[in-house]
Amino acid sequence: MPEQRVVDADYLLLEAPRERKFITGAQAMAEAVKRANVDIAIAYPITPQSEVMHLVGDIWAQGYLKDYYRAEEEYGAMSAIAGAVRGGARAFSATSGPGLLRGLEAIASWPGHRIPAVLGVLTRVVNAPLSIQPDNVEISYLLNCGMVVLHAENQQDVFDFTLASFIISEKVDVYIPIAVCTEGFFVTHAKGYVNMTPEDMKLPPRDPYKAPVPPTDCEIPPARIQRDAPVQKSNFMSYLIHAVWQQEIWASNRRAMKYIYKYLGGPIEVVNPDAEVFVVASGCAAAQGREAVRYAQLEGLNVGLVKVKSICPFPVNEVRQVLSKAKAIIVPEHNIVGWLAKEVKAAIPNSDAVIGGPRVYGGMTLPVELIMEKVYDAFGIKKEKKVVV
Amino acid sequence: MGLEYVRISPGFEKYMPKDYVDLVQYGQFGKEIDVQQLGQFKELVEEHPMCAGCFMAYFVRVFYASLPKPEDTIVIGTAGCARLALSQAAVPFIYGNYGDTNAVASGLKRALSIRFPDKEKDVVVIAGDGGLIDIGFGMTMHSWFRREKFTTIMVDNEVYGNTGGQESGMSPRGVQLKMAPKGKQFDKINAVELAKVAGCVYVAKLAPTNPKRIAKTVRRAILAARHFGPTFIHAYTSCNIEYSIPTEKVLEDARKREKQDFGFYEWMTDEVKEFFEELERKPEEVKA
Repeated sequence: MPEQRVVDADYLLLEAPRERKFITGAQAMAEAVKRANVDIAIAYPITPQSEVMHLVGDIWAQGYLKDYYRAEEEYGAMSAIAGAVRGGARAFSATSGPGLLRGLEAIASWPGHRIPAVLGVLTRVVNAPLSIQPDNVEISYLLNCGMVVLHAENQQDVFDFTLASFIISEKVDVYIPIAVCTEGFFVTHAKGYVNMTPEDMKLPPRDPYKAPVPPTDCEIPPARIQRDAPVQKSNFMSYLIHAVWQQEIWASNRRAMKYIYKYLGGPIEVVNPDAEVFVVASGCAAAQGREAVRYAQLEGLNVGLVKVKSICPFPVNEVRQVLSKAKAIIVPEHNIVGWLAKEVKAAIPNSDAVIGGPRVYGGMTLPVELIMEKVYDAFGIKKEKKVVV
Repeated sequence: MGLEYVRISPGFEKYMPKDYVDLVQYGQFGKEIDVQQLGQFKELVEEHPMCAGCFMAYFVRVFYASLPKPEDTIVIGTAGCARLALSQAAVPFIYGNYGDTNAVASGLKRALSIRFPDKEKDVVVIAGDGGLIDIGFGMTMHSWFRREKFTTIMVDNEVYGNTGGQESGMSPRGVQLKMAPKGKQFDKINAVELAKVAGCVYVAKLAPTNPKRIAKTVRRAILAARHFGPTFIHAYTSCNIEYSIPTEKVLEDARKREKQDFGFYEWMTDEVKEFFEELERKPEEVKA
């Protein structure tokens, strides 16, 4: 392990030189953890997340982290993350699909407990019948607990989002957890080019006293609300305290947006802003959407892409502005419920322009041709379908 | 820091609540207190909303008076009766989610060890039979398997008292409770043996009939956890409401159970035994 020196967070995230490597998404996440000055990582196996936490275990063994262990199961892992972060440590874990749901009671309480942890979510099928493939329906379960939810398209995003999340989550005016989601296998097990910051530079350590809610470490008086539960007061006090606390968490979530602009170049990426028809997509589907835009260009069709990087906070204003003149809005997704289409519809006045689909689920791939069918429909083009058997 | 964070900044004494000033001036911080002095010093927990005659409330009171270093102690609890008193104490308290105490304590203790390698900071879980042996069973056991260095105290009232009197795994066989309309179908779980098998270095079982003994047990459990590994106390703290024990008979019931199945029991590894022999022989030289 090279000697790592602490550098300014803004320098590391925005200016430090980068070296190009050809690595998997799992490696990209672990490489980000390596540079994030993480104190403790807590692991529990599940396909396809395991790769990430194996690699994080390896970097702990090399000395990059101070503590690491394999927990008993996800509820235990996510609860221990809460304990470690309350004790003032910087903590990381990752999970997938059924593991996320098993840990969800703990994870969903992190924002309320003001736990600035970073969680990798490497998506896979949940629910029956069993499959381990990269369906991303699990992200929809994260959208209502107050945490920041980012969705990475590729290995580069995984690296950038993960590294920046440690800084964004610990900002005093944010101080809630961040989930960095990406599709299992398609991103975690496939290689892509990643421009990485130098291995010998790391983020400054967490300062747990720079916080809206102090750590519980017997160095500073604890926050009263943590020990003196409002449920023990009158019902009125209980309602009131819970209400204002949750309002503050959701306000914190929205305040993360300015840091998403600063460190991730904004919550959306727009390709061809003057397009007639837009593909709006996140994660892996955005990569396919990008291809669809290229196909369309070759055919002379004016199609654009809105890649949504931040699912929560959802970039309502940004999406609304870009899509204000869209003739049709195609939302390809890797799940059956269409959570992104719902978010887009809720954000724009012209919601009848949204074509909810194509959707693939159960972990199927999303061929560009499926998106192109919707593009042709939107332009009123009839194409003969050739089925090759 | 410990003592520093409980002390009042100079000049602020007259603005702080009287209770707090008393706590700092006449309380336990930075002092060795004999539990038999209860009533003669400002206690860490005084007011609580637990039922009249609750033996768990009494146990919690004695527990706080027994802490070797309250200014460097963090208590962790979960849903249940005990946290009603725990959260009112002048010791940092964490209330997480259902049955998560031993996982939260694992993360917390490790974080404190990373951040303060040269300081002693005690982490103590106090939770009920439901929290530790039913819903939190896996996390309780695994914290012991992993040899996490904190104390677990089970305040066993043999019922889910806080939710209205449902059967727990620690209820005695045959007892009729809510969710056990035909009586409990299986035996009380042997938590003490589980703790020994799972790797606790100090295990004790008691009915809280003797405050001096409670104090000694709590203190030993915390000190052994500080230096060696997981420790466990199984305390009988009856639910006088759900088991319909008249208030004036609560102590009598505890004495009966002490004779029956809660006789004082203490077990520790040889290493811990040697440690206490040394410590308790020369209390002035080896201060906790």
